[in-house]
Amino acid sequence: MRIVFKTSYDRDIDLHEHGWSRAKIAVLLGIMILLPFLVGEYYLAEATNTLIWALAGMGLMIAVGHTGQVSLGHAAFLSIGAYTDAALMNAGLPFLVAFPAAGLVAGLFGAVIAIPAVRMSGIYLAIATLAVFVIVEELVILLEPITGGVGGTMAPSITFFGISFDRYGALQNFYWLILGVVALVTWGYANLMRSPTGRSFLAVRDSEVSARALGINVTRTKALAFGLSSGVTGLAGALMGHYIGFFNYELFSIFISINLLLVVTIGGLGFIQGAFLGAILITGMPQLIAIMRDGLNASTGIDLGSIPGLDTMMFSVILILFIIFEPTGLYGRWLKIRTYFEIFPLARRDMFRRQKSYLKTERMK
Amino acid sequence: MELLQLMIGGLANGCIYGLVALGFVLIYKASEGVNFAQGDMMMLGAFVALGLGNSAQMGLSFWLAVPIAIVIMFGVGWGVERVVVRRIFGQPQFALVILTIAMGFVFRFVAGSIWGYTPLVLETPFAGQNLRGGGIVISVSDLITIGVTIALTLGLWAFFAFTRIGLAAQAASQNQMAAYIVGVPVMRINSIIWGLSGAVATVAGVLYATRGAIDPNIGLLGIKAFAAAVIGGLGSLPGALLGGIIIGVVEPIAGRYAPGELAIMSPYIIMLIVLVTRPGGLFAQMHAKKV
Repeated sequence: MRIVFKTSYDRDIDLHEHGWSRAKIAVLLGIMILLPFLVGEYYLAEATNTLIWALAGMGLMIAVGHTGQVSLGHAAFLSIGAYTDAALMNAGLPFLVAFPAAGLVAGLFGAVIAIPAVRMSGIYLAIATLAVFVIVEELVILLEPITGGVGGTMAPSITFFGISFDRYGALQNFYWLILGVVALVTWGYANLMRSPTGRSFLAVRDSEVSARALGINVTRTKALAFGLSSGVTGLAGALMGHYIGFFNYELFSIFISINLLLVVTIGGLGFIQGAFLGAILITGMPQLIAIMRDGLNASTGIDLGSIPGLDTMMFSVILILFIIFEPTGLYGRWLKIRTYFEIFPLARRDMFRRQKSYLKTERMK
Repeated sequence: MELLQLMIGGLANGCIYGLVALGFVLIYKASEGVNFAQGDMMMLGAFVALGLGNSAQMGLSFWLAVPIAIVIMFGVGWGVERVVVRRIFGQPQFALVILTIAMGFVFRFVAGSIWGYTPLVLETPFAGQNLRGGGIVISVSDLITIGVTIALTLGLWAFFAFTRIGLAAQAASQNQMAAYIVGVPVMRINSIIWGLSGAVATVAGVLYATRGAIDPNIGLLGIKAFAAAVIGGLGSLPGALLGGIIIGVVEPIAGRYAPGELAIMSPYIIMLIVLVTRPGGLFAQMHAKKV
């Protein structure tokens, strides 16, 4: 068990509790930078996909995990980001302009729809975002000159300062680019959460009434959080577009929204780390299922590939089991295990009992 | 004439949306949770009736198959509450939303594995029969849909207004803790309500199946029905029906006179307008949120 002596306020709000955790993050980042030299092309592409999902998961985490606003329509912001980025780059703008613009457009759109939406809470917000998703999906089909309609559009390959970041031609560079974006966003996100703005998000999540009493402008905070959330998701969407290469509206289906929710819930609501764990799970699971299926087919002759929809079913069952047995997600479970060993033998079952739920009744109770 | 024809078809469609929305409202009224698997329960109900009634499957008579399907789906709804939903009692609403979405996928998988993904047609005694008059064609199944919906809504209203269980359910929905203290078995009421919403979903599914072929993906209709429930105000039975009818009537008319994409968007646009102007729905039952 480690005892941290805090001798100054700066020390108290430091991102890392002690030097050891700072070193761990540095080592992790180092391994991630060296990854292209350690694994093959296939797994590098998978790692890139995981990072993009983690970025999108962080976007949703701001809204769901840290502000308590449930969104069932975040695929809409992914698609806005992807289409803005692709359209601007097809118009001849460089990636360095198009990419931030994609985040900005998605973020502004999110903030604009959030302003009426913040009057709603809980289930109503969830359903309003679902409606926005359907409307955006149909708009994408309608706005054919920009989006290519049903046929789809192509995200051009990225080049700046004369270096190619093509998804297929220079996968290593593409990976490093995405790693850089993800690292920057994570760093910004972690810092946001210890700033007054981030603290006000948590206050709004835990109790709107108390937050208002403490002088927080709840409407502005919620709109800001939702805008930031959709902006980060828009960035992820732009990268997803480049990763896929050629896409149409079907890439951003309702299932993507639900998968994103899966990422944040299974990963652990309210933890940045949760977005990464969830992303690893959701991108790793299909691979694992495929490997297991091949193994089963080879050893026993049972061909699970012939059953359609098995993957989705397994995801759903995992999700149900997590919600019932481990609502704090993978990261919450990890925290429990770590604490158990750190303070052995003093750990108690009730140490992690939830004091507050993230959503409350709309009616008087 | 054309408009009238569209409206009658839309009315029958709207009744089905309304019935699925009734299922949402029942559960919302009782436990303030939203069952996003309602559309998939409708789908499962329709398939159970099809499995019992079609001559290629069990071959029971239609009038026998539908009540059995209703009973089976009552059991499914009851079982879902007992086995899954009860365990997350006290967790945030959000948990139930994700849980039921996931359950919807499981239902879809189950139906897909048993009955396959190719569209199937439910055999009914009144298939293909039409009434003609004054240039309008009304199919018998449309009329039956409208009639059954009216009867079921009245029945549910009477259930909540006059029976002991209905009154207990109302009490539990208004204040669970107080209801518990005065001796209402809140947990058991919840199970019954879930069962009831499964039964209502089955009726909606069978009515849907009388009007066309069904496949495991018709459960996505649940999203539209949810829009209907929200338009009506999530706690109101007549509101849900009205919301369903509004959506059902607007959709074909928008599809006839506007681009097809707009028709798909129309339910959600209506819902957003209602949510922005009257956040509690047309028949609001919500009160200002207190600490």
